[in-house]
Amino acid sequence: MVRTVLAFVALCCAVVFARAEVAVPITYLRQEVPPPPVLSNLDPIPEDLGVAGATVGLADNLTTGGFLGHAYTLNISSVPEDGDLLEAARQALATTKLMVVDAPADALVAIADLPEAAGALLINVAAADAALRDEACRANVLHTVPSAAMRADAIVQFFVKRRWTDLAMIVGTHPSDAAFADALRASAQKFGLSIDAEKTWAFDADMRRNAAQEVPVFTQDLGDYDVLLVVDEINDFGRYIPFNTWLPRPVAGSEGVSPVAWSPVVEQWGAVQLQNRFEEAAGRKMAPKDYAAWAAVRAIGEAVTRTNQAEAGVLRGYLLSDRFELAGFKGRPLSFRTWNGQLRQPIPLVQPRALVALAPLEGFLHQNTELDTLGRDGPESRCTAF
Amino acid sequence: MRPFFGLLAALIATPAMAAGEIWVTNEKDDTVSVIDVATLEVVRTIPTGERPRGITFSKNFDRLYICASDSDTVQVMDPNTGEILYELPSGEDPEQFVLHPNDKHLYIANEDDAITTVVDVDSRTVIAQINVGIEPEGMAVSPDGSIAITTSETTNMAHWIDTATQKLFANTLVDSRPRHAEFFKDGAELWVSSEIGGTLTVFDVETQAEKAKIEFEVRGMHPDRVQPVGFEIAGDGNTVFVALGPSNHIAVVDATTYEVEDYILVGRRVWHMDFNGDKSLLFTTNGVSGDVTVVDVARREAIKTIKVGRFPWGAAFRPAS
Repeated sequence: MVRTVLAFVALCCAVVFARAEVAVPITYLRQEVPPPPVLSNLDPIPEDLGVAGATVGLADNLTTGGFLGHAYTLNISSVPEDGDLLEAARQALATTKLMVVDAPADALVAIADLPEAAGALLINVAAADAALRDEACRANVLHTVPSAAMRADAIVQFFVKRRWTDLAMIVGTHPSDAAFADALRASAQKFGLSIDAEKTWAFDADMRRNAAQEVPVFTQDLGDYDVLLVVDEINDFGRYIPFNTWLPRPVAGSEGVSPVAWSPVVEQWGAVQLQNRFEEAAGRKMAPKDYAAWAAVRAIGEAVTRTNQAEAGVLRGYLLSDRFELAGFKGRPLSFRTWNGQLRQPIPLVQPRALVALAPLEGFLHQNTELDTLGRDGPESRCTAF
Repeated sequence: MRPFFGLLAALIATPAMAAGEIWVTNEKDDTVSVIDVATLEVVRTIPTGERPRGITFSKNFDRLYICASDSDTVQVMDPNTGEILYELPSGEDPEQFVLHPNDKHLYIANEDDAITTVVDVDSRTVIAQINVGIEPEGMAVSPDGSIAITTSETTNMAHWIDTATQKLFANTLVDSRPRHAEFFKDGAELWVSSEIGGTLTVFDVETQAEKAKIEFEVRGMHPDRVQPVGFEIAGDGNTVFVALGPSNHIAVVDATTYEVEDYILVGRRVWHMDFNGDKSLLFTTNGVSGDVTVVDVARREAIKTIKVGRFPWGAAFRPAS
């Protein structure tokens, strides 16, 4: 036995040495967007948001690649607010067709439509916009960031499950608030609930001092409801709403119970391992955009591992096939929707100190996979590029 | 039980061998629950280090090794007194381990460090550290002791270690999130479970080539939820019991045909397992429901549920002295 083993040592290593290395260069292209001013400084936005997730994904890939002769590199290209993103994209695409894009939707589409991006594999880690999964979808763009619709469906499933059928909603004035509010309205309709009262939060008072006086009065005319949706995607005023509402009601949405792609409170399904790796590398907790970036780099890694190739078209084909499965620390394999390139994934519903539930919730059935009860399903998608 | 012990048990099986205890680590209680096989009751609960997971006995059962993951150590307990005698240098975050047939070398998966640590339990020193894939977990050693295996959850590989040199000599891909490994058929086959992939891969040890892949189908359960984790082979050397995680079932697999013959409903998120002395009973740890299911091996039926601590993880049998 030992002799056979030794013989094999020789054989295997010969094979290893003979194997040519596959180079897998990946670009992380970021459009720097200045964070909008918010009332509280309690949660500063890390400068390496997203980038840190991609970096951990790279380290994961490198370990596997070390055994298989796959050499991954990550080139981070961060474009200032007034910089030329398209030029940076062109330059990057001249080097590699594998690109993780951290930019708003319109910029992403502009990059995808560059002649240089034909046949490239772009993975969107930032833009949750509905249109990117519908009429504005692009064949060369996959999405690891969940759509606003997926997050909205996740929280509304929770309301259905808890029989919180009457909803009220407060919406901020940032454009991303309008988009998530639209998604919540569509979701409520999809699952048969109604948002009976809505108000816009357009205060300019400093709520750190007077939330206790203002919020009860502001929420008094919402009527009765089971749960108050707060839509404040930039974390401006939402933190001052819970416990200050006129009626004693739970808060959900951007505040309270929140549907997110990832959160430091996710600890089941082996997630502690990823949380620890991330925290050790980045010196902070892992945020949703970090998760999307990690998943993007790991998805590329998984495709390279299984196909032994680094060509964008081959990888895209594998990622969209039913052979692809990503172990994403959310309890079940993740895969890409073939009709619009969206990564299907469970959505944790979290409060600051614990996971409340994981959507899709039990009882929401689907003929293919319950994961497709979240977001745009194949038959209703208006994406025709795939 | 390793096949080695299985063989031993089969050779000298006597009625007395049926008596004994099942020792269960409770991951979120920092305890071990001891179940009396005769009465099927918990008879002792013993405190351990933080987050106990892997558990195994020395060859003559006079020492118990426990991976105290969050204490970053392997604890050595006197199973008679429940006293922690000393701790072994284990590397960080030991999750699972396997004792070499020489009763001397413990191969430990360091989950956070992508390392397999080899510890000499007599001299209490680290004799080797081997770089493996991300999140190593499954550990096995061949019956003749020549090969040790580490599986890595995020790298999705079985890493083959030559125990003479403590170096890797092969790395073989498996499906997503491999969790557990065992040598069967006198070391001719290596079996590896893939939790997220939902499969068991069978390797021919001689060539390290994939020989078979076993898939599971639990009625009324989406395939995503059928997640094979721990598994063990029965006394006949041909029937493999496979824990299927959140599908709350154990699969019964024929190791010759690789066909799944049966599914047995057990507790929630079934994780690992071990047999009693004559292998007539199987004890499964059910993480979410916090209990152990006792399965009648011949009838392939669950016969009792025993409440243990929070998140029971590993199980190891100890015969009555």
